[in-house]
Amino acid sequence: MARFLLRRLLNYAVLVALATTLGYFLAGTTLHPRSNYEGRNPPLSAASINRQLDDLNLNDHTPIAKRFGRWLGGVVHGDFGKTVTGDSVTAEMGRRIGVSLRLLVIGSFLGGLLGVGVGVLGAVRQYHFSDHASAVLSFVILSTPVFLVAVLLKLAALNLNQLTGVQLLDYTGEYTPGLSGGGAHLVLDRVRHLILPTLSIVLGQIAFYSRYQRNAMLDVLGSDFLRTAQAKGLRRNHALIKHGLRTALIPMATFFAYNFGLLVTGATFTEKIFGWHGMGEWFVDSVTTNDVNAVVTVTLFVAVLVLIAGMLSDLAYAALDPRVRIR
Amino acid sequence: MAIPTDPILFDLDEAAALESAEAAGLSRGRLVLRRFLRRRLSVAGLAVLVFLFVLAFLGPYLSKWDYRSHDFNAFLEPPSWSHWFGTSQIGEDVYAQTLRGLQKSLIIGLLAALFSTGLAAVVGASAGYYGGWVERVLMWVVDLLLVLPGFLILAILSPTFRGRTWLLFVILLAGFSWMITARVVRGLSISLREREFVQAARFMGVPSWQIILRHLLPNMSSLLIIDATINVGGAILAETGLSYFGFGVQPPDVSLGTLIADGTRSALTFPWLFLFAGGLLITAVLAVSVVGDGLRDAFDPNAASPRGRL
Repeated sequence: MARFLLRRLLNYAVLVALATTLGYFLAGTTLHPRSNYEGRNPPLSAASINRQLDDLNLNDHTPIAKRFGRWLGGVVHGDFGKTVTGDSVTAEMGRRIGVSLRLLVIGSFLGGLLGVGVGVLGAVRQYHFSDHASAVLSFVILSTPVFLVAVLLKLAALNLNQLTGVQLLDYTGEYTPGLSGGGAHLVLDRVRHLILPTLSIVLGQIAFYSRYQRNAMLDVLGSDFLRTAQAKGLRRNHALIKHGLRTALIPMATFFAYNFGLLVTGATFTEKIFGWHGMGEWFVDSVTTNDVNAVVTVTLFVAVLVLIAGMLSDLAYAALDPRVRIR
Repeated sequence: MAIPTDPILFDLDEAAALESAEAAGLSRGRLVLRRFLRRRLSVAGLAVLVFLFVLAFLGPYLSKWDYRSHDFNAFLEPPSWSHWFGTSQIGEDVYAQTLRGLQKSLIIGLLAALFSTGLAAVVGASAGYYGGWVERVLMWVVDLLLVLPGFLILAILSPTFRGRTWLLFVILLAGFSWMITARVVRGLSISLREREFVQAARFMGVPSWQIILRHLLPNMSSLLIIDATINVGGAILAETGLSYFGFGVQPPDVSLGTLIADGTRSALTFPWLFLFAGGLLITAVLAVSVVGDGLRDAFDPNAASPRGRL
């Protein structure tokens, strides 16, 4: 078991290293930091542009392999280079990483939990009204891009706020700047800002997992071992959870790994639309400002997240399916 | 018609259904068509999809406004008789723009889905058929691309297709969305490889690429058709998402994504700027996924779709 996980970890680590290299070479050749300096008034001399670009390790006259080597040398020591404005990428990442992780961890946890719950309910109460309703809803949600969900949520919140006359839900930023008051007040403020962005990614997650979970659960419901469990005297709910759900969860572990990349992409839209200064927002802004080092750092961050999701899904698989542990 | 070798069609019920259908003088295609037509929701989805295509390509001729023209007498006006969907900040007709965007999004989605399924078929079948180091290298590429969300790579690559034809965008879009299908195709190819008719072809000296194209791929056509259909929805979502950030379709051209991006800046006060584009986007993707679901059921009534039936 430990060897199996170790081998997976090694495999993932190589993939992350390769993915980051690929990301650097792509970003280094397609983005043009030089254009940030051209066309300025008064115009800068070529020598001065080169000096500034050299300082940031962004000079496209230096061979890309050399630039990559220099960046990699820094990364080994925990230094991810400089942004186009000359700030430290590492420091900026430190500020942003928590914002993104809060959204992603709560989103994947809540989404997975609720999605599985809705899916199981749908399977157990197959063809009831609730099953049909959740099917229609999840098909509609799965057909709606995250950015549209986010904007519609904003619209709904605005109407709700107008209707009640109180600012119930907030939809810009992750907290109100310059807010004074006690600790509880600040926490409440953060929660109010958290609700809509979280909802915008959790809805899609619930829709995704509930469809797959419902199907997996239906496959299990008619199985012999469930009937045996009930025949030996287990109550139906007990048998369903202990024997049914456990088996039906196994395929979900695999979907979790596949789905995580989608979740990260979705969170990018959420951050951008709700004005959260997280990694996703940084990525989009960095591509537009030709900020190679920042772009690659976010790429590395995402690859590591996908790696962790993959490892978690392997672990869950092993915990749920004894056959994996024996191998 | 030969013995059904489609691995998706492999269970006995389906073989029996096919036999009785053949006895009644129906080909496999007719049987599938009949089953599809029996599902009212999927037929409705197909009708909606056809309507959207007609609307996107003929609709612009109904209005006197062009998507590039400006009406300097109407800025930010709500929907009216002269501007059916209202006008934008600079007097563009939202109806003309929305239809142009719908056109672009539908075409891009359709082409990207075709390319991506084609690529997945070729890569997956080669990996499964050749085995050995070919398989290892190809599957490794698949794993590598799965670690990096395609969205990130496409965003990084976006400067390369700025100012070039949108076809390049389509190809890149397809280039980063074929991986999961390729895995499925590989699995099927591995089992097909051992079948008698493939072995026979091989021993008769048919070259490998011909075996892949003539014997392997046609025998998973149902999977590929379903996959291509479902991919249309995914490709439309990916395109609009990238365009939303300005990484996809470039101005002066428009897509549903760029329209929604422009509209959402003032969504709270001038909802008509994005509501029509948003509504059409959801309708299109929903219709595609309902059609894909119906196709899956028609090709293989006994298999449950991974997403479940609606």
